[in-house]
Amino acid sequence: MIRVFGLTKDYGSRRAIDDLTFDAEKGEILGFLGPNGAGKTTTMRILTGYMPPSTGKATIGGFDVVDQSLEVRRIVGYLPETVPLYNDMSVFDYLKYMADLRRIKNAKARVGEALEMVELTDRANGYIGKLSKGMRQRVGLAQALLHQPEVLILDEPTIGLDPKQVAHFRELIRSIGQDRTVLLSTHILSEVQQLCDRVLIINKGKIVAEDSPEQLQARLRGAQRVAVRVRGDAAELSGKVAQIEGVIQTTLLGDDRFEFETEPALDVRPDVARLIVQSGYDLLEFRPIAMSLEEIFLQLTREEESAQDEADTATFLEVEEMAPSTGAEAEKPS
Amino acid sequence: MRNVWVIAEREYKHYFISPVAYAVAFMILLIIGIIFYASIASLMVSGQGQAPGIDVVLAPLTTLLLFTTPGITMRTLSEEQRSGTLELLLTAPVRDWEVVVGKWLGAMLFILTLLAVTWFYPIVLHQIVRPGIDQGVLVSGYLGIVLFSSATVAIGVMTSSFFSNQIAAFFATLGILLALWMISYPAQMMGNTGGEVLRYLDMAEHFYSTFMRGIIDLKDIVYFVSVTAVALFLGSVTVETRRWR
Repeated sequence: MIRVFGLTKDYGSRRAIDDLTFDAEKGEILGFLGPNGAGKTTTMRILTGYMPPSTGKATIGGFDVVDQSLEVRRIVGYLPETVPLYNDMSVFDYLKYMADLRRIKNAKARVGEALEMVELTDRANGYIGKLSKGMRQRVGLAQALLHQPEVLILDEPTIGLDPKQVAHFRELIRSIGQDRTVLLSTHILSEVQQLCDRVLIINKGKIVAEDSPEQLQARLRGAQRVAVRVRGDAAELSGKVAQIEGVIQTTLLGDDRFEFETEPALDVRPDVARLIVQSGYDLLEFRPIAMSLEEIFLQLTREEESAQDEADTATFLEVEEMAPSTGAEAEKPS
Repeated sequence: MRNVWVIAEREYKHYFISPVAYAVAFMILLIIGIIFYASIASLMVSGQGQAPGIDVVLAPLTTLLLFTTPGITMRTLSEEQRSGTLELLLTAPVRDWEVVVGKWLGAMLFILTLLAVTWFYPIVLHQIVRPGIDQGVLVSGYLGIVLFSSATVAIGVMTSSFFSNQIAAFFATLGILLALWMISYPAQMMGNTGGEVLRYLDMAEHFYSTFMRGIIDLKDIVYFVSVTAVALFLGSVTVETRRWR
């Protein structure tokens, strides 16, 4: 549905996106991850026909985003990150206006349906300027859904929503994604895990990884880490755990807690658990630590930079493997 | 074309939500009212002198429009750029020129509404003076003002596309309009050819000597329509180049 080949955009001398190539199929939810300034919004603006690329080509539904911009815009629904809306219009009037611009038949009925989807029916006559951030976000999404687009492009759709709304939004996006194509950008790992079939990680305008969220995590996790909390002396216990074959290292985190890391191929968790109980400790917590998005991201971008430097990669990776355990103190349990 | 109408309709309705429209209408009607009353009152008190013509309404109306049009058009595109709403407009299936022409049409409809209200004065005047006002001048004068407004509104919308700041758009529009209004002054000092060009560009030249005297000249109509078309074209180009930045 979405085909992107070698897409590049320069703002003056600054290259915002650099030779992006990716596809998204019908019925797929593609996540777009990256830090601020990575080029996510630029890519979305090119795909929605707001601005042309410097070089490269992109098609949506077979239409070229530059040469057949109007056709593309007809089949795309877009929610920009800043959710720009007319503050002095009522919710209904605004949606009716956008529906008229899209020449939707039975515009009023369709606006009503869109409002129902985002649960804003009771605020239809309220002024947009008086809405909360989350409600504005929902008006923006209703606007993007008005014409039942084949492709939905959402820039940070759940930012500023309360947890209940976030859950509702994700449910909505998932149901839409079943028979349409959704491209969404986000910073939130759990969002990617819950929603996306595939993830693109983008940094400094380049794709640094592309995979399913599960694969990406598994690939990057490498060694397994487990956090343990016991009643008793954790220092003595962690010394014992370190003796078990397959445990690479242990890190003391406090009087009653420590962390151990195992070799990727070996699952020694049952051995560790047995040892703890047999040694007479009360086991309070035994929790595998998944690598967070931040860690995945940092690792990927560091790999990228090191490849560019053509530095001694082997040494770098050694340091890299050490990094999670030395930095474990700072990590908050989620 | 339908999009032009949809945009114009929203634009027109918007004028009545914002206080600017009422302020402009109040100012125009008040000042014309004062001038109108003064002209009639002096005639009634003295009982002699020439009966006032329709120009007691048309002349101040034109001058007032010159100064208020920048206020009416300043937000049309600059506000959309500042708030970012242009992004949703330009990612909807709407052509760039449809946005610009729609904005122009909306502002034009608002000015036509204002002009319709000012008809109150000629009607009153017609009742007072004998044998009534010159209806030829009334028709040509209002036609002239509509054409003049079409050009000034187009210039205002064009200038609004240059800026994302309304105040900047206001003063730039006012500057352009005043310049076009008095560009024939330096013509007196210049040679024949240069002077002719400046005189042709001057808006007042195409208005006071013809429309205000009851003369409808195709040359003047072509002038105002051309200014409108060129300004709307440049506005559309500006919106389009915005995409390339």
